[in-house]
Amino acid sequence: MSRLNWLWRWVVLAAGVGAWQLWASGRHSPFFPPPSAIVARMYHLWFSGPASHVFLTADATGNVLPSIWRTLAGLAIATVIGVPLGVAIGRSRAMSDYLEPLLQFGRALPVVTLAPVFLALFRIGNQMEIATIAFGTIWPILLNTIDGASSVDPVQLETARAFRLSARERLTRLIIPSALPKIFTGFRLSLSLALILMVFSELVGSSNGIGYEMLNAQNSFDLTELWCTIVLLGILGYLLNAILNGVQRSALAWHRGARGAEAG
Amino acid sequence: MTADAPPSPQGPTAASPARKARAARWARGLTGVVIFLAIAEALGLTGAIPQSVLPLISTVLGHAVQLLGSGRFLADLGATLGAWAVGLALTVVAGVPLGVLLGSLPGVRVATRAIVEFLRPIPSVALILLVSLVLGPGLRMSVTLIVYGAIWPVLYNTMAGLDDVDPVAKETHRAFGFSRIDTIRMVSLPSAAPFIATGIRLASSVAIILDIGAGYITGRINGAGLGAFIADYSSGAGNLPVILAATLWAGILGLVLDRTILAAEHRLLRWNHTRLAEVS
Repeated sequence: MSRLNWLWRWVVLAAGVGAWQLWASGRHSPFFPPPSAIVARMYHLWFSGPASHVFLTADATGNVLPSIWRTLAGLAIATVIGVPLGVAIGRSRAMSDYLEPLLQFGRALPVVTLAPVFLALFRIGNQMEIATIAFGTIWPILLNTIDGASSVDPVQLETARAFRLSARERLTRLIIPSALPKIFTGFRLSLSLALILMVFSELVGSSNGIGYEMLNAQNSFDLTELWCTIVLLGILGYLLNAILNGVQRSALAWHRGARGAEAG
Repeated sequence: MTADAPPSPQGPTAASPARKARAARWARGLTGVVIFLAIAEALGLTGAIPQSVLPLISTVLGHAVQLLGSGRFLADLGATLGAWAVGLALTVVAGVPLGVLLGSLPGVRVATRAIVEFLRPIPSVALILLVSLVLGPGLRMSVTLIVYGAIWPVLYNTMAGLDDVDPVAKETHRAFGFSRIDTIRMVSLPSAAPFIATGIRLASSVAIILDIGAGYITGRINGAGLGAFIADYSSGAGNLPVILAATLWAGILGLVLDRTILAAEHRLLRWNHTRLAEVS
């Protein structure tokens, strides 16, 4: 049954792409190039390089790889700061009370308005972009970690104390594992935010990257290339999400009852 | 505390100890804000953070107050609010029925899954340039981008909410002879409402970011809005205090809208409070 589902899903996708192909090649609209043209151009742009470079072209290593690197670096910084900070705040009732309005405000702040500020504070390029991504993605991770760490089952905590688990053991064996589902929820929100901010910061101030490539394509009215970058970003997001799903499955294998609203 | 977790229920008849505890939390929160502002001001005054790099908090707050007297700023704020409202309304009108369709017809959901999973991760800012070429700048472009970016949380939360409906309640309702559509309308949708509300709150923050982002990248040509306001000021070197002041108002706007939706959610779903607390 599930294999049939799997097949059916791809058949529908293929039919959709086929319909677009027929529609677009009949219309010759400059705005909507047929998928075949997009795929051909993607191959030419990024994957027709020499075998020594794993078939990546100079454009791929010069624009696509830096974008991926910045996204991951920004997310890594947000995680390394956000998770420990979140656990610390979440375990202290007073701390959460004192910080709550500031944290809620930080989350509500549309980080895109800070782009000029980051441009003034950091050098254009990696520094400014990683700072934008890290600043924007830390809030979901931080707030969800706080929520997870503060809602550890009190009975379990009492039990852990009764069994004389050290503070360190309570942290690594009980608090972090029970906060983990929430942390993943936050990380999932941050991941899609990271891609948005990566593109945005590259559109605003960068000399390379996928966003920069999009800007060039728009300026030269090269819509096929613009579509290529959009499709590439879709594939990139899909892959990053798939990796996250895999990590989450193995990290939460013990957490049978993991459920809850999937938060886009 | 989180983007998707409504706080524990506090009924209208909350006893006075609960009210006292809430007052204490407010006092602490206010203290936190004051301490933060004081530290930031001190860092600037002592030169630990040079004022050429980051302006003083007091300067930013002063500009924030001045902005309230600026007709152009208020018009831009209003335009962003308008784009948010239109975009979010269209998102809900499109997202909830789509979520109900995919959530109640497993066949359709399985079949469209690959398409949805390829479309969803495309960052909506990536579409700014394409949509601005196809539709041209303006409200139509902002709203299109908002709907594309904000529909996913509504869609996914509606589906998750329908998955969560008690099957016994559904079967019982069906057994009384109600049609499938009646069961969706009278059992599934009310039961999924807290999930949908959470999705709408997430969509609301996406909508604000997208409107400002699109305005900032396209500039004034896209029409009024906070994004255009910031784009106007980002060209000059000494405008950082004004930009930060506008950012402050943008943050407050986001917070107020979020709280408004939350309050509406609590009011409309009061009957559903025990369930509201369960939504993770």
